[in-house]
Amino acid sequence: MYSKDGENYFIVDAHVALWDARPENQLNVHGKQFIDCFYDYHRNLSPESEVWPYEEYLYQGGERLMKDLFTDGYVDHAIFQPARLAEFYAKGFGQTEEAFALSQANPDKLTYNHWFDPRDGERGLDQLRADAERFGLTGVKLYTADWHGDSRGWKLNDPTAYRYFEVCRELGIRNIHVHKGPTIRPLDRDAFDVADVDHVATDFTDLNFIVEHCGLPRLEDFCWIATQEPNVYAGLAVAIPFIHTRPRYFAQIMGELLYWLGEDRIFFSSDYALWTPKWLIESFVDFQIPEDMSEYGPLTTAQKKKVLGLNAAKMYDIPVPAELQLPDADETATGPRQPESADLAMA
Amino acid sequence: MTAVLTAVTEDDVRTALGSVVDPELDEPITDLGFVRSVAVDGGTVEVHLRLPTSFCAPNFAWLMVSDARDAVAGVPGVGRVVLELDDHSDSDLINAGLAADAGYRGTFGHEAEESLDELRATFQRKAHTAAMERALTALLRAEPVRTEADLGEVTLADLPAGPTTEALLRRRATLGLPVDGRAPVLVDAAGRRPDRAEVPLAVRKARSVRISIDGNAHFCRGLLATRYPGAEDDQFPRADDRPLLPVLVQEVSS
Repeated sequence: MYSKDGENYFIVDAHVALWDARPENQLNVHGKQFIDCFYDYHRNLSPESEVWPYEEYLYQGGERLMKDLFTDGYVDHAIFQPARLAEFYAKGFGQTEEAFALSQANPDKLTYNHWFDPRDGERGLDQLRADAERFGLTGVKLYTADWHGDSRGWKLNDPTAYRYFEVCRELGIRNIHVHKGPTIRPLDRDAFDVADVDHVATDFTDLNFIVEHCGLPRLEDFCWIATQEPNVYAGLAVAIPFIHTRPRYFAQIMGELLYWLGEDRIFFSSDYALWTPKWLIESFVDFQIPEDMSEYGPLTTAQKKKVLGLNAAKMYDIPVPAELQLPDADETATGPRQPESADLAMA
Repeated sequence: MTAVLTAVTEDDVRTALGSVVDPELDEPITDLGFVRSVAVDGGTVEVHLRLPTSFCAPNFAWLMVSDARDAVAGVPGVGRVVLELDDHSDSDLINAGLAADAGYRGTFGHEAEESLDELRATFQRKAHTAAMERALTALLRAEPVRTEADLGEVTLADLPAGPTTEALLRRRATLGLPVDGRAPVLVDAAGRRPDRAEVPLAVRKARSVRISIDGNAHFCRGLLATRYPGAEDDQFPRADDRPLLPVLVQEVSS
């Protein structure tokens, strides 16, 4: 819980990880390149006071995670969204056993989502069933740019992926978190293309598709798809730290998301340990869309409360104290939301 | 004089590299700081490029390095070109492909199907959309009597002369769209105008494209400087045909 100016905010961090990128776990140069890329993101977007030394960034461990999220970070509940990266790291990148054990020890604070990869074929389907039972899965994190043998990516609308989604439906795995990445076959097309989200959201209307990084760097394509698909949501991982170094850009991201998706379909995520939640939450509560951006309406306190926790709590059935709950906005299911709220057209 | 031997200079090479554009960001690689080094030795030129991350999309990386190689090879007096991409997850593959002149399909093998033409065209369309939105939003702010709904009627002749309009004209020419004064500004890549009722939505969609490109450009510049300390000294501010919108309107509207 975070409190400021008499307002209380219930916080759900919808995308956290417990990773191990230490040299002994790196399989090849790509393992180093991957964590170095993360560390550059971290250094580039964090306030100076929040930058970790590189050694600490390689592996944080459960104790530090609990402190950063729950003791220092105001978070009420966090959801693990692990990345496999088996081609880069001997024990994988996300540490399944350690993260799952933490979530079992703190069931009121942590939810463990796992991953699947349709390129694992039949064996992977059996594994998904076993994982669903063992972890009690209600959600999965999919990384379509993960490498797998000589393949460097897959699409959500690949026929084998559909078989996995059918199994998700059968097992009650409703929440599909999708991270679009930079390499995919064939290279002829835009690797960040989000069109496959459109197909799968239309064909599996009973599943929720949370697009992490709100489709960045294809914010515009994402918004156009999400506005037409009521079961597509925006995760703010990687987007929200722009609040510090590039607040005007962040204002535009928020303005666009509120316009195309509405206030009930945006989730806060620190993307821990890329960033820590404390400064992000403090900054977001203080944040306002600059007055000269007359094409967007101001961000309301209710909208901030929904984004910071209520929206994800609803999707994951996380109990929220009655006095902190808010009703859904009276918004259209598809198409632009509250287009009249503020606009250059009205200036 | 009978025979003039053209001595290639580093400036010649950098000028040629200035014609190479990052298709995703719609900016020259020389302005973005992606040129790491240029070395000229007689007719042999060695150029190293660098990108903001190891995992920048390999197809865009290929477009930039192969365009750069062609641009340098076209400089009068240049004989041999060594062009390498440094520190990328696909550096070995791409550099070997370039050295062997293997082309896109020869370099990427099973990961490539036909060509990168459609990818390039997709981003030329986005570049036009963003340039169109910059011009229309600037007009809207300069002439507050106009509304978004009126923008469907704006023609190229209504736009003020200046870099924003020139940038739009260049991107229209790339797509083969008309550039005469009577041509409507708000069109899609095929030159189609939206219905009047759809005009505000078309403007909003164009705005999201422009915001996306601008945001990516800023982030990529920042990441490059984080990855390669000092790289910011090799970066040039975005050309003034692309002011960071929205501009301040407080003064004019009060």
